This record gives sequence, C-alpha cells and structure tokens, in this order.
Amino acid sequence: MKLITANFLTCAVKGCKTSPASFPLHFRDAELELQELEFQPEFICNIVPRINWDSFQAMANELGFPKILDKKPESDDLKDEKILRELHRLLLETQIIEGRLICGNCGHEYLIKEGIANFLLPSHLV
Amino acid sequence: MASLDQSSSTLESREAYEEMHVHEVYQQIASHFSSTRYKPWPIVKQFLTQLTPGSIGLDVGCGNGKYLPVNQNVFIVASDRSENLARIAVNHQPHSVIVADILNLPHPDNFFDFAISIAVVHHLSTPDRRTQAIREILRTLKPPTKENPGGKVLLYAWALEQKSSRRGWDKGDLQDIMVPWVTKESSSDLPKVFHRYYHLYEATELERDITNAGGLVLESGYEKDNWWAIATR
Repeated sequence: MKLITANFLTCAVKGCKTSPASFPLHFRDAELELQELEFQPEFICNIVPRINWDSFQAMANELGFPKILDKKPESDDLKDEKILRELHRLLLETQIIEGRLICGNCGHEYLIKEGIANFLLPSHLV
Repeated sequence: MASLDQSSSTLESREAYEEMHVHEVYQQIASHFSSTRYKPWPIVKQFLTQLTPGSIGLDVGCGNGKYLPVNQNVFIVASDRSENLARIAVNHQPHSVIVADILNLPHPDNFFDFAISIAVVHHLSTPDRRTQAIREILRTLKPPTKENPGGKVLLYAWALEQKSSRRGWDKGDLQDIMVPWVTKESSSDLPKVFHRYYHLYEATELERDITNAGGLVLESGYEKDNWWAIATR
C-alpha cells in the first residue's frame, strides 16, 4: 500500500465516520519497501491540492520520516523539482508491505499483508 | 440452474448467502475470470478519460483491475471483496488496491471526485442491500454546490433484457438467478462448474435504486447486455 492511499482511508465501521479520531488511521508495526516508479512531476502537482496535509505529515511521522514542509506546497513550491521528487518518493514510492492500520476511535485493527490492506469487518462490527 | 434460497432474509442469512454464492466463487475462479476480462467497455472508458487530471476516485468491486490502466492522470483507490482478485489488480500504477466490502467502505464522507462500480451491485441479493450499496458509494462523493457539480458515479448492472446474447434472457424471465462459470485447469481435467448469484436488472430499475439511495441520475442507458447510469448526490 502506498502512503498516499492512507490519505483516502478511514475506519470501515459506520459509527466511526463522524468521529474526527477515525481519520487518519494509525500505522503500527509497519514494514516499508521502496518501489521505484517513473517520476511524473505533473501528476504530483495535480494531486497535491487533494492531499490532507496534516494527516499526511502525521502518518509519515508515524513511519519515522522527518517533516518535509510545514504547510502544503503551493504555486512556486510546485515548480521546485527537489520538493516534487521528495513528494514522489514519499507519496507514491513508499510502500507499506506488512503491518496494521488502527482506528483512533474504536481501536479496530486492519491488517496489511503483502502490501494489501484488508478492511473486511468481523460480523459483530457490521 | 441451481436452486435459489430467497426465503430467508435476515441480515446474517443474506451475508452468508452472498459469501457462498458470490464471494467464495470469485476467490475460486479469480485467475480464470481475470484472463477473460481485459477489454474496457466504451462508456466506462469514456467516463474515465474525460476526468480532470489530479481527480481522486474509487473503483468499487474492481475485479482484476481492468479499468485501472485507462487513465494514469487521476488517482484511483480500487477495492474488491475478493483478496485473490485484489492481488491481481494491484500492479496498475499509479493506483492502489485494497480489500473492502461495498456496504462498509473505508473511505471518508463527501470527498471523492468520481467513482465507478462496474458489474457489482447485481451481486447483492435483496433490493434493500443493492440500494444500500449505492448509498454507500454516494456517501463518499463530493456533494454538488453552486460552483461545483460534485462527484459522479458510473454504475453498471447486468440486464434482464438481453435476448440476443448467448444467455438469451428477456423481459418476464426470473431476475434472481444462479449463473454457471465453467473452468478447466488443464485440457485433461474435467470442467469444474461454479455458480454465481446475480440479480438481473430490468429497464429503469437501476435508476429506481439510485433514486431510493438518495442519488440524482444524470444520464443512463443500455450497452452490451447491461444497464448503466451516471449519478450524483
């Protein structure tokens, strides 16, 4: 699972959606892998406006990455190739291969296995 | 055609029924199914191609991910109920794939620019569950405002009216059916038959389910034995 994907995920339990604690989810015991992908600066520029920056920073921090930028890069920042390359590496190339995603509201844990997170709920939580 | 048990309708029994007659079958046939699904349907392709670069969307019930290569300028979080299919879909860049249930999607409210769910809602076994599935997708879409038309979803479901197809069903036939999937491991093996549950949609039924789910149908039509509709909230 790519780090960017976690920006668009919340707890699958219906009652958690209204709680701010359910987003973002929290990584535990994450094993990372770098998957090299073609650098597409335009793609990065286009998706950055849709990233929830605070959540992205918080999740990257939980994975042990240093803070990149205090606030979301805009206009001129997005012309800086160094920034774009760094975002490309973090958002797209950083893969969470094994580990768990945990809801800060209900505490439910979702397993990540071989790079795929599983959000199927046990019957008592449906 | 295998017999259908539609008599019991508790939530647990509907889930168990779909588990046996839909989810488990896709787990078993994943790789053979995938080898037969590679050509994108034209209306789906067009819907995905015209999206603004940088749009973020969902492909709910992505199967082998055959729609993921269509547009690489948008980002798609694809999901499937079958882990085996998700594993096949996972290699399409720049997108991402997770395992999730259409009735309990792990996505925030009011966020996504688009969604597709192609040949999926017809696998839910009651009108109420099909409507809930559509409501769950609509929930994730950006609501329309005065300035912005909001997120759009494209839905496809198998049509009852397909008398020129190899199946030959038509108006008046049973809508809740078991459809055989025949698979052969090798030429010397005996063919193995799996049965998947389908609800065949009749004319205007998809639009009705969307309306009941609180959605607004923008466009709808018929393509290749399927009813389709584009809707917003």
